[in-house]
Amino acid sequence: MELRLEGLSVTVAGTDLVRELSLEVPGGQVVGLVGPNGSGKSTALRCVYRALRPTHGTVWLGGEDLAGLSLRQSARSVAALTQEGGGDLDFTAAEVVALGRTPHQRGNRSLDARERELCREAMERMDVAHLADRGVLSLSGGERQRVLVARCLVQEPRVLVLDEPTNHLDVRHQIGLLSLIRRAGITVLVVLHDLNLAAAVCDRIGVLSEGRLVATGTPREVLVTELVERVFGVSATVVPHPLTGDPQLLYTLSPHTPEEGTT
Amino acid sequence: MVAPADTLRYLWAGVTGDLIGADEVSRYQIIWQLRTPRVLLAAVVGAGLGAVGVAVQALVRNPLADPFILGVSSGASVGAVAVGAFGVLGALGVYAVSAGAFLGALGGTVLVYAASVSAAGVTPLRLVLTGVALSFGFQAVMGVIVYFVPGNEATGTILFWTLGGFGAATWGSLPLVTVVVLAGVALLRSASRRLDVMTLGDETAASLGVDTDRLRRGLFALTALMTGAMVAVSGAIGFVGLVIPHVVRIVVGAGHRRVLAIAPLVGAVFMVWVDLVSRVVAAPRELPLGFITALVGVPVFILLLRRRGYLFGGR
Repeated sequence: MELRLEGLSVTVAGTDLVRELSLEVPGGQVVGLVGPNGSGKSTALRCVYRALRPTHGTVWLGGEDLAGLSLRQSARSVAALTQEGGGDLDFTAAEVVALGRTPHQRGNRSLDARERELCREAMERMDVAHLADRGVLSLSGGERQRVLVARCLVQEPRVLVLDEPTNHLDVRHQIGLLSLIRRAGITVLVVLHDLNLAAAVCDRIGVLSEGRLVATGTPREVLVTELVERVFGVSATVVPHPLTGDPQLLYTLSPHTPEEGTT
Repeated sequence: MVAPADTLRYLWAGVTGDLIGADEVSRYQIIWQLRTPRVLLAAVVGAGLGAVGVAVQALVRNPLADPFILGVSSGASVGAVAVGAFGVLGALGVYAVSAGAFLGALGGTVLVYAASVSAAGVTPLRLVLTGVALSFGFQAVMGVIVYFVPGNEATGTILFWTLGGFGAATWGSLPLVTVVVLAGVALLRSASRRLDVMTLGDETAASLGVDTDRLRRGLFALTALMTGAMVAVSGAIGFVGLVIPHVVRIVVGAGHRRVLAIAPLVGAVFMVWVDLVSRVVAAPRELPLGFITALVGVPVFILLLRRRGYLFGGR
């Protein structure tokens, strides 16, 4: 399912957090949003998973205006991993995952056999099946993050919105999660801080700076020394990955002076 | 003392209109006219406080919240004292003070709501802070009324409304609060899953299709109504609505469907026993219920907070 942001602007308390953002996420593709802290990435995502109503502009889901759908209707198509942690109450991991079925359910009916199977599968995919009966608040950050991703998966979304999904994850689970996103075949809009991971996982990347989209394109088009310098204020050497050819950034601690070590 | 067998016989007579001996009339009246409604009222209010406690803790996302945190009890006290002092609502006769307390409770919550609502909806933290602040304000108003309107009655009224008790229970005080509490618990239970989702956080809830702002407003109105109805008949009985939810969560887990099934039962049983203790421990005087619930509730709560493995809000 295609996701399209059109002229999205968000103003909160007089501050423009997102300005005139237009971005297309073709069906089945993974599009990354990168940018410095406070550049409006999370705010843009919030408009997609309905936690925030854009001041101007439209989010199109397939051919439909998201604003015309009920929260419940859009939750059946769009799942989100937010920056929120495990919540207030010490639900077990299995209970949290089961709550992912909420938009598909009426009232308080318990899950049917297919849904229970779905939950079991999702927990196995995210390598958290062994944590099923543990309280989420007592899990480590990375374990909890994987439980929350499993919750997104059982929502059976056609569009997945992820706000820094690799937070707290060790390298194995970062790679595992991003590979899963790559293979899932659903439309994904993801905010990532690690530009190298973004280059590896994304079909296209949008770069935000001060609420504006300043560049968009394939990783190879976008992740160039000049843009990284201008947007992030760091100097980086871009080299192709020896195996995949994806652009990879090698950072130098700035300002780079070869003599520094000797003085 | 009335023997259990006689008590059963009197209850049977009360329900079916069966005949009893002439020498038993006074004992029958104690059992049927005083004790029975009192026990039933204690059960209803205990159940209601347990359920409302669960709902309010989810509503304001705070483990220290109880049904009275949103200004209900202090508002009720102002209403009750005002009735006593100024004789307003005199047309309602014996129900005037209860009606005053109910209106005061609702007035208090409406004020808290109005003061905490903003363009972004009702935020949990602002609700709590506004509720606490306005409670102090209401207590001050109550103090001023008592100060300027002489008479011992007012002091007793305050003691009753702030500590609570079932001494005034009659058959007449039962129906309204019973209907409100039962309907309220049923409504809360029907929202179990949405309550579960709401505690995951507002953004996550939105992504799962739950409109937390609307849910919060509904919960606010419902819990205010339920608490107001309970305060009007029993005063503000503390600690039950704070401790019972936590105790129940420890035993059955966090899911609201189970918690909202068990908490009312535990609350009802607990309240009936507390009321019994309050009558017999210093007989013939009655201890205010708030003393006993606090004496039992405080140590339980402290133990509970020290218990490893029970987490609320990850703290």
